[in-house]
Amino acid sequence: MKTKHSVLALILAFALILSLAACGSSTAAPAAAGESAASAGTETAGSDVIYRTLDEIKADGTINIGVFSDKNPFGYVDENGEYQGYDVYFAERIGQDLGVKINYVSTEAANRVEYLETGKVDIILANFTVTPERAEKVDFALPYMNVALGVVSPDSRVITDLSELGDGDEVIVISGTTAETYLIENNPEIKLQKYDTYANAKNAIENGNGVAWANDNTEVIAFALQNPGYTVGIPSLGSQDTIAPAVSKGNTSLLEWINDEIKALGEENFFHQDYEATLVDTYGLDYEESLVVEGGVPSAS
Amino acid sequence: MPDLGFEVLLKGKNFARLMGGLWVALRISLISVVISIPLGILLGIVMTWKNPISRVLTRIYLEIIRIMPQLVLLFLVFFGTTRTFGWDISGELASIIVFSLWGTAEMGDLVRGALISIPIHQYESASALGLSSGQTFLYIIIPQTIRRLIPLSINLITRMIKTTSLVLMIGVVEVLKVAQQIIEANRMASPNAAFGIYLTVFILYFLACWPISLVAKALERRWQ
Repeated sequence: MKTKHSVLALILAFALILSLAACGSSTAAPAAAGESAASAGTETAGSDVIYRTLDEIKADGTINIGVFSDKNPFGYVDENGEYQGYDVYFAERIGQDLGVKINYVSTEAANRVEYLETGKVDIILANFTVTPERAEKVDFALPYMNVALGVVSPDSRVITDLSELGDGDEVIVISGTTAETYLIENNPEIKLQKYDTYANAKNAIENGNGVAWANDNTEVIAFALQNPGYTVGIPSLGSQDTIAPAVSKGNTSLLEWINDEIKALGEENFFHQDYEATLVDTYGLDYEESLVVEGGVPSAS
Repeated sequence: MPDLGFEVLLKGKNFARLMGGLWVALRISLISVVISIPLGILLGIVMTWKNPISRVLTRIYLEIIRIMPQLVLLFLVFFGTTRTFGWDISGELASIIVFSLWGTAEMGDLVRGALISIPIHQYESASALGLSSGQTFLYIIIPQTIRRLIPLSINLITRMIKTTSLVLMIGVVEVLKVAQQIIEANRMASPNAAFGIYLTVFILYFLACWPISLVAKALERRWQ
């Protein structure tokens, strides 16, 4: 009987602690949310503007830049936890010339537009391909790279034309990329296998979940160069596109500053240096002229 | 032994980064568990009330949370609150809010199920013995309910830990995101690293969830 009592006492104590914790945490959580709401509210109360202007960023001393953290060699994190890559090389220069610190935000292909629409980042520098649909929601600056779509497939069955795809064949794409939009619009009959992250799509092609992987041609060229047994059967699909920084819709002060910066950097051949520092290991020198856009002027190719 | 790319883990701060990512995942899930278990118990009790208004309200809450995928909830709380109210909450806070809402709903339903599973004769025997309704709850119903709840809530807690892999979609760098970053950063030098890193992540998740199962087993044995 005695042990039974002590067990009951334990349970009661447990229940008591839980209910106390309930009061504590239930009041703590809304309070924390309320606090951040209040501080954000004062900033946005005056106007419905969600973005920060150039002056506000400078005054704050920190710029939020959305980059990929798992897309080597454009935006990735090295073994010391530092952001690296072609996009990051440019971001570092932006931070330096603005005289502000950079807060990198790890973005995914599918949430880049959302980040700008909510002003949670100031600039997206995440291999962002310029498309008319996206341009309705965000403002693109001048381009700094060329890109087209490409399709890579295993050597055992190289797809050189989309018409080779049979009924049961599925093509791997990453959600929110231009490859996905292009295939849905132009080849709705093709079955797509969609993955949220680059890493998952890569695993999928390596495991043979789909017969081919459609993505930006830079990606598939790099993938085929690094992974023996895969060939880029379709190196250029659809139209030639460009990659550009993007800011929230209407953030003209920041947009103009970035455009001036890209033009000025053209004088010193900045993006060629960027290519040679970050991309040359992946693509070799052969692709330098076709991939790099200097001074915001895409070469007619 | 095949090359699993474990050497990548020893490069630079990679292993420490992976552990840091695990800590982020555990912090989000455990804070949410601490919030949602007591709230869930209260919700479960409210759900057994016969009051039609409380029944409808709790039902709606439960169904909304249960039908919506957690990813949608994360996007709604992280981006939606900024769009609608202009709040700028961090990804981690948004995750904790979503996981607490989810945990409370599921825990509430588990508690409701456990409470109504106590046979009516338990209540009747208690009152025949002269116990008041408060005493009936404290000495008869709650002990039996908690015993029934343990395996179910352990299930929920481990599920919450594992579902933190979704928070990478709102920019929170947790263990799986760190793993993907490490794999990608080394995709040229160690193309096989994906196996080794994912295996390590698997072991880390296992090590995080295993002690919880052990505690549950010990408690169950003790209260048998």
